[in-house]
Amino acid sequence: MNIHFTPDEQAFREEVRAFLKQNLPADLAEKVRLGRRLAKTDHQRWQAILDAQGWYAVNWPVEYGGTGWSVVQKHIFDEECSLAGAPRVVSFGVNMVAPVIMKFGNQVQKEYYLPRILSGEDWWCQGYSEPGAGSDLAGLKTRAEKDGDHYVVNGQKTWTTLGQHANKIFCLVRTDPAAKKQEGISFLLMDMDSPGITVRPIITLDGEHEVNEVFFDNVRVPAENLVGEENKGWTCAKYLLTHERTGQAGIGLSKAALDQLKRIASAETVHGKPLINDPMFRARIAEVEMRLMAVEMSTLRILAATRGGGVPGAESSLLKIQGSEIRQAITNLMRKALGPSALPFLEQELEPEFEGEPLHEDYSAAPASQYFNMRKLSIYGGSNEIQKNIIAKMVLEL
Amino acid sequence: MDFDLNEEQQMLADTVQRLVRNTYSFEQREAFYQSPEGYSPEFWRQLSELGMTSVPIGADYEGFGGGGVENMLVMQELGRALCLEPYLHSQIYGAGLVEQLGSAEQRQRILPRVASGELQLSVADEEAGSHYHPDSLACTAMPCDRGWRLQGSKRVVIGGETAGMILVTARISDTDGVTVFLVDPAADGVLVTGYPCIDGPRACDLTLDGVYVESDDLLGKPGKARAAIAYQRGRAMAAQCAEALGSMEEAFRLTLDYLKTRQQFGTPIGRFQSLQHRMAEMRGELELARSMVILAACVADDPDSDERTRRLAAAKFVVARASQFIAEQSIQLHGGIGMTWEYSLAHHAKRLVMLTHQFGDDDYHQQTFAELMSVA
Ligand SMILES: Cc1cc2nc3c(=O)[nH]c(=O)nc-3n(C[C@H](O)[C@H](O)[C@H](O)COP(=O)(O)OP(=O)(O)OC[C@H]3O[C@@H](n4cnc5c(N)ncnc54)[C@H](O)[C@@H]3O)c2cc1C
Repeated sequence: MNIHFTPDEQAFREEVRAFLKQNLPADLAEKVRLGRRLAKTDHQRWQAILDAQGWYAVNWPVEYGGTGWSVVQKHIFDEECSLAGAPRVVSFGVNMVAPVIMKFGNQVQKEYYLPRILSGEDWWCQGYSEPGAGSDLAGLKTRAEKDGDHYVVNGQKTWTTLGQHANKIFCLVRTDPAAKKQEGISFLLMDMDSPGITVRPIITLDGEHEVNEVFFDNVRVPAENLVGEENKGWTCAKYLLTHERTGQAGIGLSKAALDQLKRIASAETVHGKPLINDPMFRARIAEVEMRLMAVEMSTLRILAATRGGGVPGAESSLLKIQGSEIRQAITNLMRKALGPSALPFLEQELEPEFEGEPLHEDYSAAPASQYFNMRKLSIYGGSNEIQKNIIAKMVLEL
Repeated sequence: MDFDLNEEQQMLADTVQRLVRNTYSFEQREAFYQSPEGYSPEFWRQLSELGMTSVPIGADYEGFGGGGVENMLVMQELGRALCLEPYLHSQIYGAGLVEQLGSAEQRQRILPRVASGELQLSVADEEAGSHYHPDSLACTAMPCDRGWRLQGSKRVVIGGETAGMILVTARISDTDGVTVFLVDPAADGVLVTGYPCIDGPRACDLTLDGVYVESDDLLGKPGKARAAIAYQRGRAMAAQCAEALGSMEEAFRLTLDYLKTRQQFGTPIGRFQSLQHRMAEMRGELELARSMVILAACVADDPDSDERTRRLAAAKFVVARASQFIAEQSIQLHGGIGMTWEYSLAHHAKRLVMLTHQFGDDDYHQQTFAELMSVA
């Protein structure tokens, strides 16, 4: 037993740190640290910097222009990026649809789509969920009917994250309504500017425009945009979900949030003393930090087990639950740390281009909004209830 | 022991309920939120016409002379509809301070106008770094010719933008103790910066730069307001717990309805046992909260004592914990839809969590209770 990273892995960490120090723009890191909203251009800026270094496609094999890193390297990279305040890489293209195209796509699709993802030319969004198909994803109804060398798509997707920025969407559509639930589904790629696609914003409780509804009205999609075989889309979907779930514990993000929590608790005062010296609040911070340590060790154990290839099994469901609960607990404490100053709803201070004087402290505007926004962590990517069902079935065999 | 309402109280509850139901749909609330006042002056007028604005005010001042139970009944309904009007801060907290601290002249001058709804009060008792402790003050008052000059700043003054009179706490220079001053928001040197709060109502920050206040507008005796502030915060807390109860009941109702109607995997999600248990836990928290709301209402007007303080702290603690649990779980059980601005549930969740950011959160009250706890 040895809990240490190898010398090579430590050297890699140093390399990542040096890169971030040199290349992560300070204004971007500041926005991330203060919890401001990021503009599309902010994401694009960071993606271009990573791409120039060859570090954008961390999950890709070298042959496609990826890093070919080990799971441990990816973990280190992710952690260092979060701690430095790098914008989170929007996964839909590079980490979701790309692995599916690599695994199930044909040569033409690989050659067309993958370079466009690397260069940032395409921004993808994920069209899985529907109003009637959330946890029960296989209940989806959006219909794609073959018409010559096209599919004609009708229906609706919802909760489409950052769909307003996207020029491409990958969708699960029903191609055989007669087949059993999972068997009539196909994986289809579409242009967001196709005639018949309408995007409508959904504003979340924190006032943010992060998700959308996407409507399809007789959208004609070239049949060559089908990935894999017709009616075999569920296989792609499941493959993608395993990719979506790894890394969902969000250790790096939680550590960064914990740092920010400590900064806030040190700056806020109660009875003229820093809040962080209040025994009760300090104990609350200590509690999440100790639990986070445990989740981190659990993540490392899984990483070590999957080092030689292979995907984590149902254990990743445990980590998803614990990781999401920890991050929610940290944002809960950040909000609490502000006392009455958590109340003002200062949307303008959260805007990417805000440069004015903050009403209170520079860190005051975001925590309450973030706390509410973070409710999503236990809902999406397979809700925590669904994860528990998976554990009960796959791990416990109940 | 009797947990029933008397006839008059039942009528009061029915009246508010009817008014709220008729005028405060969620869609209307959203329009009020977007309006310049951030609430409905028309609804305020209706509250006043029905005598509701006078409920907490003493009978000697043209008020209804209601107590903790009456305040509870009104606040519970205002909470159920997420009303945005500054009823609690004006009619209960502000008016309570005037009634307890004010001279006979001040009470006669101010309270009848508050009771009629014509004058709104607001209380400015939080500052940067006060963090729920009303005697942690940096704002100062300097004696000057026939009055005082106030210097400092105040934060998150609920309803401060529309108040005709703001009760500002300050420390008289070089002395200890807290004093309350009646400040005209339009006076020279008062800078009001307004904003909505994340749970809906509007508030403001105040900058006071040498604001002149007449001798007559010092409330009570110099440096002697601490006990009254603590006492009136207790009354306000009790009422706020009732507001939370109304909101919890509504969040609970919406969630229960949703579990019966939302279908996934070919069945209503309310069939899943894990969700049934969660709902049962929420119900348990709701009932504990209800019990503490009643306790708080019944002790709110008791003479000041450690026992009263303990009970009110316990009520705020239990209600704060229940509020957060119900807020979080009702979003969770709704899935994505529970996170949308378009749906009232999300606003109940915000309200329930953010109510803990006034008058002290669960930690604050746990500490208060621990300090006063009786030890065998
Ligand atoms: C902010 C946000 C961003 C999102 N982004 C995307 C995106 O980009 N693309 C996309 O396709 N989707 C996205 N989603 C959708 C997300 O995947 C769904 O919200 C999620 O699958 C849950 O579905 P639902 O919201 O319909 O809730 P429901 O499935 O209706 O669930 C309601 C409640 O019932 C519970 N439940 C359901 N089934 C069971 C069961 N069998 N046992 C026990 N409990 C159960 C759930 O856990 C939940 O508590 C996003 C969601 C959010 C909130």
